[in-house]
Amino acid sequence: MIEALLNYQFLQNAVWAGLIIGIIAPLLGLFIVVRRLALIADALSHVALAGIAGSLYLSQQVAFFATLNPIFLGIGTAVGGSLLIERLRKTYKDFEELAIPIILSAGIGFGAIFISLAKGFSTDLVGYLFGSVSAVGRVDLYVIIGIAIVVILFIGLFYKELFTLSFDSEYALVAGVKGRYLQPLFMIIVALVIGASMRIVGILLVSSLMTIPVAAAIQLAKSFKGALGLSILFGEIAVIVGLIAAFYLDIAPGGTIVVCSIFLLVCVLLWKKVNGMMRSREGY
Amino acid sequence: MARTLINIRNVSYRYHDVDVLKNIDLMVKEGEFWALIGPNGSGKSTLIKLLLGLLPVQKGEIEWFGEPIQQLKNRDQIGYVSQKSNAFNSSFPATVFEVVRSGLVSQKGLFSRFTKADEVKVHEALQLVQMDQFAGRSIGQLSGGQQQRAFIARALVSKPSILIMDEPTVGIDQQNVEKFYELLHRLNEQQGIAILLVTHEIDLVTSLASHVACLNQTMHFHGGQQQYEQLDDEQYSKWYGHPVRRVHQKEGAE
Repeated sequence: MIEALLNYQFLQNAVWAGLIIGIIAPLLGLFIVVRRLALIADALSHVALAGIAGSLYLSQQVAFFATLNPIFLGIGTAVGGSLLIERLRKTYKDFEELAIPIILSAGIGFGAIFISLAKGFSTDLVGYLFGSVSAVGRVDLYVIIGIAIVVILFIGLFYKELFTLSFDSEYALVAGVKGRYLQPLFMIIVALVIGASMRIVGILLVSSLMTIPVAAAIQLAKSFKGALGLSILFGEIAVIVGLIAAFYLDIAPGGTIVVCSIFLLVCVLLWKKVNGMMRSREGY
Repeated sequence: MARTLINIRNVSYRYHDVDVLKNIDLMVKEGEFWALIGPNGSGKSTLIKLLLGLLPVQKGEIEWFGEPIQQLKNRDQIGYVSQKSNAFNSSFPATVFEVVRSGLVSQKGLFSRFTKADEVKVHEALQLVQMDQFAGRSIGQLSGGQQQRAFIARALVSKPSILIMDEPTVGIDQQNVEKFYELLHRLNEQQGIAILLVTHEIDLVTSLASHVACLNQTMHFHGGQQQYEQLDDEQYSKWYGHPVRRVHQKEGAE
């Protein structure tokens, strides 16, 4: 693989994109999980599906869309979906979770319509659904780098506000954290990460890279910083091993990355169980 | 003369066409220890939410440090421990240190980072509540009483003038409740921090408080401890909504 990596630009793109996503998806994922918003990532990825499918359909009909990278419409619809979720959460104050199935269904609904209009699944669409090693172009990589800079800046600048809001939202408001502005911004950032990740992991599996490494990390970490570090470590391991497996087996990287994440999670849960049993035997 | 921290004037609040609060007046000054008591649904938590800006003032005026609440800037001067604090997600991956440090968010500007000086403040706050040895422990692993002390440290870390607490002893065993009130007494006496405490534990708290406010939609009584002690039990039960026999300080001491 090393030789191929040195010779083929598409492989270099995929590896760089994977390494970057392995950092930003779990980084943001920790805030999503502790705020119990894991399903929002799923809803937004399905909205991105509508954008991608729409772009692929329009590329057959309108010359402009034939030259436009579908990732842009995918990111655009995901960002639009994130703002709509926020709007719906305010409309249904007492049933905030309703926003998720509404937006998720809308995403799938529009996606199904565009896929049908485009006369079914093309190779391109399958690549977007489950990820692809060969499909990451230079433009995709630059978009991913741009989004990664935005995400890292966002987390770096608002770390203390995001932590406070995640741990105790009422206290955060009393302390003067501007949740009214931070929450929609956070949702837009989630949509951007989904847009960045879908080339490698695929639309249908993108939320798993934001949540499974985090699920493993919070089993081990005592501190929030520790949980962030472990989430990124598990995310990177899953991406690297998943990409290598996808390359040699010539299969979609989304599947291999997610299976690696699950494997890591199972290992962590087993280790914790065994460790707990040993400790109880030792009389702790 | 002691500075006025809170001045509530003629405040009313309606929710779904129901009067939750009617014409409330209350003034809290530096160093005072107020117990806000009343039956369930009497509007105590609503009043606290209005005070903290979590609900908009519909009628009347609330002033903080002499300024209208709408212009409140010195949020670090207000320490808050909510009813829900001990109902947080116990699997949340955070140390006691990280949780207490988050209390400095009101003092730090946007985009600013925590410094070494902030770490010292966190340890000082933890020492005040005798929890410094737990700084590195996961917050979810502590007992209810210890968690509540950690939340008080979070409220104290910004060195506030007043601590506002909304039924902070819910879910804590009796032994720890007593220790908790001892801590509040110490903070009020030794640190001079004003306290506004919402509670159901009438006898325990009113023996500690310097002032008592009795709320049931309207403010039935607010004043000093001695005046409160002289209130008639029958009259007291009438506004409370069910028979109440208070254990007076002298009786309790016998």
